[in-house]
Amino acid sequence: MLDQPTNERRLTIARAMAEAMQQEMQRDPRVFVMGEDIAGFGGIFGNTRGLFEKFGKERVRDTPISETGFISAAVGAAMDGMRPVVELMFVDFFGVCFDAIYNQMAKNAYFSGGNASVPMVLMTSTGGGYSDAGQHSQCLYGTFAHLPGMKVVSPSNAYDAKGLMTAAIRDDNPVVYMYHKQLQGMGWLGTEPGATLNTPQEGYTVEIGKAKVVRAGSDVTLVGLAMGVHNALKAADKLAEEGVNAEVIDLVSLVPLDRETVINSVAKTGRLIVIDEDYHSYGVSGEIIATVTEHDVSKLKASPARVTFPDVPIPYAKHMEQFCLPNPDKIIAAYRKM
Amino acid sequence: MQPTKEQSLWMYENMVVSRRFEEAIEKAYLEGKTPAFNMANGPIPGEMHLSNGQEPVAVGVCAHLNADDIVTATHRPHHQAIAKGVDLKRMAAEIFGKSTGLSGGRGGHMHLIDPAVNFSCSGIIGESCGPACGAALSRTIQSKPGVAVAFLGEGAANQGAFHEALNLAGTWKLPVVFVIEDNSWGISVPKAEATAVIRNDVRAAGYGMPGHYVPGNDPHAIFDVAGEAIARARKGEGPTLIEAETYRLAGHFMGDAEQYRPKGEKDALFAKDPIPKMRERLLAEGCTATELDEIEQRADSLVADAITFARESDYAPESDALTAVFV
Ligand SMILES: Cc1ncc(C[n+]2csc(CCOP(=O)(O)OP(=O)(O)O)c2C)c(N)n1
Repeated sequence: MLDQPTNERRLTIARAMAEAMQQEMQRDPRVFVMGEDIAGFGGIFGNTRGLFEKFGKERVRDTPISETGFISAAVGAAMDGMRPVVELMFVDFFGVCFDAIYNQMAKNAYFSGGNASVPMVLMTSTGGGYSDAGQHSQCLYGTFAHLPGMKVVSPSNAYDAKGLMTAAIRDDNPVVYMYHKQLQGMGWLGTEPGATLNTPQEGYTVEIGKAKVVRAGSDVTLVGLAMGVHNALKAADKLAEEGVNAEVIDLVSLVPLDRETVINSVAKTGRLIVIDEDYHSYGVSGEIIATVTEHDVSKLKASPARVTFPDVPIPYAKHMEQFCLPNPDKIIAAYRKM
Repeated sequence: MQPTKEQSLWMYENMVVSRRFEEAIEKAYLEGKTPAFNMANGPIPGEMHLSNGQEPVAVGVCAHLNADDIVTATHRPHHQAIAKGVDLKRMAAEIFGKSTGLSGGRGGHMHLIDPAVNFSCSGIIGESCGPACGAALSRTIQSKPGVAVAFLGEGAANQGAFHEALNLAGTWKLPVVFVIEDNSWGISVPKAEATAVIRNDVRAAGYGMPGHYVPGNDPHAIFDVAGEAIARARKGEGPTLIEAETYRLAGHFMGDAEQYRPKGEKDALFAKDPIPKMRERLLAEGCTATELDEIEQRADSLVADAITFARESDYAPESDALTAVFV
């Protein structure tokens, strides 16, 4: 579905992430990886598979369940010339260690007037849809993107996953790399087939801060990231059957945010729907709508809409969670109301 | 401190109920998940952390508690909930996501909260410790009786929250007991590779409280040590840290291939299964086989009733997802 270079290697996002880390570790001895169950186990979500066997326990370190300790340690190591990649197993666990992230990792470059840098990657899993309940299913995109000093990316497919990981490791700034569990390619929790894509073997980067128009259209702009992109593409397919031509934008990066691509698209379509699995209020969806309305409200032919998770903790029961989650039908319903 | 016969039988019964419950949950969990295992499917979706093998710690501690006392538990909470007296039917219904569940299906298996018996738990590692201190503090301020027990895994003893809570409890001499279930694994990471000391009981010294290590996954030994600690807390003499050796007979979660386990470990653990061991001990102490068989049958029907109740209950309307955020 996505327009990407083709070759014979279809990778899951998990494998694409691991391949990027492996290649960067080979290129650059400063790169090392740490987190819970990331060594022999290969990461709960498979994204570090093979690294331990290749590089050993000096560079691929299982940590104690001490997120404040090892994420702060990554900040210190990064400032001392290393390039750590650390994993926060589920983004929901940020609550036990956020100071390390937003007060240290994200601010030390600024506090040094740009004289010090914190080149590290914090990778973390997001998203629900498989009944893991309210402490293991959140996205929290807006929470991270709200706070200055860290780049925030979230791939929707394996091609971008590899290129973004490579770019994140090479970046001199801290990058929060949020991967959606339902795109990861772990069969045991179900996977969106559209996320598994042809992925070149040789290293490459995907630019951080650049959105992608993944489907061109003229009637309505659907903006999303990660899982939201796939919901948008499915909605666009259904809308096409009715002769409605939806343009789909994959934000790819939240910080920096490619406002221009969104503005240009809405200038063309006049209609905007934002799809975001994060909570409804105070998040990415509001930011995208504000971006468009602040720029030129006259371009809008209808009030913008958002398809988001309601402002409630994520319920466990399957039917309740599915009731709350964005899906293609909700996107189509939002379009019909315009 | 040795249990009376009545207490021994209570421990045995709760161990058996807990094990049978886990077996029933395991069976139901696997429904709808074949041929390809997908966690999202079946009558019980999501992650599932079973407590098979860890029953002795829960019963040895909770034998000293009453409904007024407080227990804060973990992501692996079923045995702890059962020993604390959480209603089995409502707990089963919660795990099936039904309207009759403890939260009506909002929380699920890692989020069992039953105010009727002062039980709660959290899926965030280490987060049992702070709330136990707070509950203990509340009883002190209100001059109400009651102690709080925080259960946690040995992996959680490396979390900042654990150390902060211990310092708080030690400084304020709170009526709280911290109980570490040392099953020697934090998912795939062995205790020895994640913990700077061999046994966590030594850490108690740093927080001005006594520490005890209980080897052997032995309900009677745990009963003994926990009894002293809880009595101490009730007398206002302050907190205690206990680490008890236990065995995780299941995977970390359902679906865990457990490739990290050394060969033979599982067999060795099953050979030490605490439930048949306890039965043998009770027989040796003079209990009759009939007596124990009756207990086992009672456990079977208690669990069967709970599972039937859960299955036959209705789901709440899906829009209930939007309620109960505030009271
Ligand atoms: C703050 C936090 N970090 C990581 C996790 C993921 N996690 C869930 S269970 C677990 C291992 C816990 O080990 P332990 O405390 O020994 O308990 P056990 O699972 O062995 O019962 C981990 C790392 C979590 N739930 N919360």
